[in-house]
Parts: sequence; structure tokens; C-alpha cells
Amino acid sequence: MAKGRYGDFGGQYIPETLMNEIHKLEDAYEFYKNDKQFNDELNTLLREYAGRPSLLYYAEKMTKDLGGAKIYFKREDLNHTGSHKINNVLGQALLAKKMGKTRIIAETGAGQHGVAAATAAALLGLECEIFMGKEDTIRQALNVYRMELLGAKVNPVTSGTMTLKDAVNEAMRDWTTRVDDTLYVLGSVMGPHPFPMIVRDFQSVISKEAREQILEKEGKLPTAVMACVGGGSNAMGMFYNFINDKDVRLIGCEAAGRGVNTGETAATIATGTLGIFHGMKSLFCQNEYGQIAPVYSISAGLDYPGIGPEHAHLHEIGRAEYVPVTDDEAVNAFEYIARTEGIICAIESAHAVAHLMKIAPAMSRDDIIICCLSGRGDKDVAAIARYRGIDLHE
Amino acid sequence: MNKIHNAFENKKAFIGFLTAGDPTFEDSFNNIMAMVKGGADLIEIGIPFSDPIAEGPVIQDANIRALSHGMTTDCAFELAEKVRQNTDIPICFMTYLNPVFKYGYDRFFERCQKIGVDGLICPDMPYEEKHEAADVAQKYGVSVISLIAPTSEERIKMIASEAEGFIYIVSSMGVTGVRSEIKTDIGHIMEAVKKYAKVPAAVGFGISKPEQAKKMADLSDGVIVGSAIVKLVAQYGSEAPDHIYEYVKSMKDAIR
Repeated sequence: MAKGRYGDFGGQYIPETLMNEIHKLEDAYEFYKNDKQFNDELNTLLREYAGRPSLLYYAEKMTKDLGGAKIYFKREDLNHTGSHKINNVLGQALLAKKMGKTRIIAETGAGQHGVAAATAAALLGLECEIFMGKEDTIRQALNVYRMELLGAKVNPVTSGTMTLKDAVNEAMRDWTTRVDDTLYVLGSVMGPHPFPMIVRDFQSVISKEAREQILEKEGKLPTAVMACVGGGSNAMGMFYNFINDKDVRLIGCEAAGRGVNTGETAATIATGTLGIFHGMKSLFCQNEYGQIAPVYSISAGLDYPGIGPEHAHLHEIGRAEYVPVTDDEAVNAFEYIARTEGIICAIESAHAVAHLMKIAPAMSRDDIIICCLSGRGDKDVAAIARYRGIDLHE
Repeated sequence: MNKIHNAFENKKAFIGFLTAGDPTFEDSFNNIMAMVKGGADLIEIGIPFSDPIAEGPVIQDANIRALSHGMTTDCAFELAEKVRQNTDIPICFMTYLNPVFKYGYDRFFERCQKIGVDGLICPDMPYEEKHEAADVAQKYGVSVISLIAPTSEERIKMIASEAEGFIYIVSSMGVTGVRSEIKTDIGHIMEAVKKYAKVPAAVGFGISKPEQAKKMADLSDGVIVGSAIVKLVAQYGSEAPDHIYEYVKSMKDAIR
């Protein structure tokens, strides 16, 4: 069995053509993660360019309105490029440079990871190509133009369901044609080892900061931390430094689409089964023959038929809880947090906010919840308007 | 008894691929029999997968056609069984690991043994991950075929020395599909393979023309052709068998 296992989940199920390259990536990462100069450069970028540390914001109005637990938001939406994705791409793009690569490629769903990758590439002087499902290029047209402004080439993917999983397929295909000068900058805690580990490590800055910040503000750990989960990168980042704090509940909110019983869903933990796909053994939405199922969510960023292997493991051992949240609940939460706190968050993050609204009222005033706002919602405004029957086009 | 070695006995092997159920069960059966008649030495039957990451557009489309016509792993077994009832030619399945994993390794390889499917090729099962399937396959006398790529370099030793059935040499970087030119130094790879392998090695990815086939077969023990055949399937529909027969015959003649 190869390295990179979380229980039985994980592994390196990829074509032979990529194996040497993936081992080189493992070696490079193992070296640079302990390299002082690399970490100094990365920390400078995170601080001076991305705007870290991100705020831990006490949502006083929501706390009062919901009438239960004290609510904090970890404001990843305030990062440069508007989401948590920048934490990972700065790390991986810097790693690419150290490895002597001149080109990065990336998949994107909502476009947040694509924008972040294009941004890092522009800053660090790397060529950048993005693979994005054609369906998503329509849903997120503004982000496509953003990536192009940043100098990236955006390839609309017309195979399969034309969404995130097909973008990953196409990025992997591209990488097998060009490993010498190219690093595939994967956007989530998924894919073959070492990606789930690398992305988790680069995103763990979220919980590292949040843990320090809450101890400083409240003098105690939270009752629960929560985040939305597609592949699961912001959730893994939000959970990681709390995993050993056994009393802190870890709650991942999956996109249930129109509901977990409708077939139009992307809730992998709720409806998926064990499988091997995109380089990893994990849980996937699939049929009895192992054909990957078309998934659906209003949120392009959560519209993925699998989940990162470490999440599958945290679920299996009972350390983290995963709950499905429907389109409707997410849109209501999107509107609620806008009206109540003056924050337009990403529709992805609104899935976590929706569940927060369900559990906070049942908790006591001594309880604290930290919810990760993984991104800002400017990109979603037109789609939400259309959801509400308003014919608004960008 | 595993028949793969028959494909290479005193000859250069021509290995032909098509996707099961593309576009229908009957068509793929007729096309396979046309390959056999044309002189193919081993048949690779693709079990379609929704997300074939190692395939170029030609075989991707074949997967979609087959799945949309209802092809399943069970139907692919029925197809292999029907082929086996008509010919002794060695047969390998080619698919991705998930359909095999989901079917259940024991159930899958037991049925291979029962029907007489001799091998399995999975492009997303590298050396490091092969044991969970290969150990079960061995129990049932089914060979899990190892792939070696232009980037394998020092990995060739460990892969080749454990290889069973035959070794699939991936001729080029990237995905399957017709290529005008193969730039990899196949002779150099073969030299390293021959040092460690106990089984023959055939070259695939990008081969479509008789002269390419001859060049590759001169350097190795055989050639594997997929996209060029699948293209004929897509182009000629129910008329495909005649064209496939002529094509396979011309390729086989070129490597004799």
C-alpha cells in the first residue's frame, strides 16, 4: 500500500506516467515544508499580499437574533482574491517555483481556486492554464473574465457533466502530457497523495489562527467549529488544529442540492459509497457499477461527487460530523447573513451558515461556534437573484 | 490456463482494443470477431467508465456511447463470454479501477476465470497500489497487466520484474489517441524492460498506421491499437466490421 493513507482512505491511484512526478512532488514538499527560507517567503506572502491573519469576527447581531451560542466567523472571505483558496495556491505556486516549474495548471468549480491560481501565477511569474467545466464557465462568467485579466488561459471543459469533476479529469489529462515544466496545483484536499496533505497543511493556517484568536478573545476553546465541504479544503483547514481538542465538535456541511433523496444532490457523506477515483480511495456518489454519478448543487464550488480522504476518515472514526444542507436553506442563509451582519458570503459558505442557524439556537450562551466564511459572495449575486426569479444578468 | 503468452508465441502480437457496447452489444461482438478474422492476436475489451482520465477524446466518446446504451460490467462479461464461445484468442479487460473495485475484486476475477478472460489493464492502478487487486487476481489465474511510461525511468526495474502476462509500454506522454509521430526512445525503454521482465512487452498509445506499427513491433514484442479502431466504429456504425477486418489485416501484415 502506498503512502498517504487516512485509515483505508487516500492512496495514489494515478497513471504510471505521473508516478515519478508525484514522488518528486512528495520529496520537494517534505524538504521545503521544513525549509526556513521557504516558510519565510510564504509567510511574507500570506501577510503582505493575502492579508493574513484573517479576522475572527464576533457576529453579535446574529448571536442575539438566534438566541443561543455565541457566534464567530473566521473571515476567509476578506483574503485577497476573496476566499481561502489563496492560502493553498501561494504555497503550491511557491513550491512550483522552487521545483523549477514554469507553468501551473488548475481545475476550478466556482472559479475561486482558478482566480487564486491565476493570481499567484501572475505574482510569481508562472504561466497558468485553468480547466473549468463549460457549465461552470456560464454560471460563473465573471470569474472566467477575472482569470483572463490575470493572464491565465481558461479552457472550458465540454466532456462528461461539464462541471468540477470533469475539470479535474481534464487537468489530470493535461498534466500527463506535460510534467516536465508543469505543476498541477490541486485546489482541494483530494486527489492522489501528497495533495490531500499539502493542501491541508497550507489551509491549516485557518485553524491555527482561529484557535489562537478564540483563546485570546474568550479564554476557552469553542464548542464547535464548522465549514462547508465539497472536496473539503476550507473545512480541513478549519478543523485541523482542533482535531486533538476532543471536546470541540467538528461539523462539515455538504451540499444537498434539492435534497439527499432527490438524486439532485452533491452530499457525498450522506449518499456516497466507498470507491477509487481521482487518485484516491474515498467516498463517492456513484452507481452500483462504480460509474461516477452526475451531482447537483446550486453552488459550483461544492458540486463535486467525492470528498477528501481525510474527511472520509474523520467521518468513519466519528471525529467529525457531516450534515446535508439544501439549496433552499443555503439561499435563505445567504440572504439572512447579508441582512443581519452586512456580509455577502459565498453560496458555498452559506451552506455552513444555514446549519449554524439550525444548531445555534439550541445551544446555551456559554457555547461558542466558529463558522468559516470561506469566500465572499459577489460572484453569486446574479445566480441568487435568478433563484429568486429576478432576471438579473452580469 | 492463462492464454496471454499465445499472443506472442513465435510472432509479433497485434493487440486490438474496443469499448464494450459501443454503440451496442451486438456491434461490439461483430467488431471483435472482425478483429479476430483480420489476424489480431489478443483482444482488449474496454469496460466503459464515466470518467476515463487516461483517454483522449476518441475513446472518451466511445465510453459515453456505450454507457448511454446501457452497457454495464455485467454486460461486458456477457460480451467476453460470447467471444470466448467463438474463439480461443487471449482476452484482456481494460477499465479503470473503480468499476472493478465496486464489482468486488473476488467477484470480478472469479468471473474472469470462469469465462476465460486472461488479464486486466487498469491505467489508474500504478505499481504502488496494484496489490489490493493483483493479489486477488492471482488467486484466479488472471494477470494484472503492468504499464511502463516514458517517465518510468528507474521504476522500470521493480515494475518489469513483477510483471505478469505482458507489459504495456505507453509510447508517449499524455492520453490515448492517434499520433502522427512517436518521439519516445522505445528502444531504450525496451532495453531496460528486457533486462528484468519475464514476460513480453507491447507498445501502445498513438499507433495507427502500418509503418508505425512495423517500427514499434521491430523494437518490441507487439503493438496495441485502440483509438484507430474505435474511430472506425464511430465512423461506420453497423458497416464497421468490414473496415475493421481490412484495417487489422493491414496492420498485422505490416508486423509479420
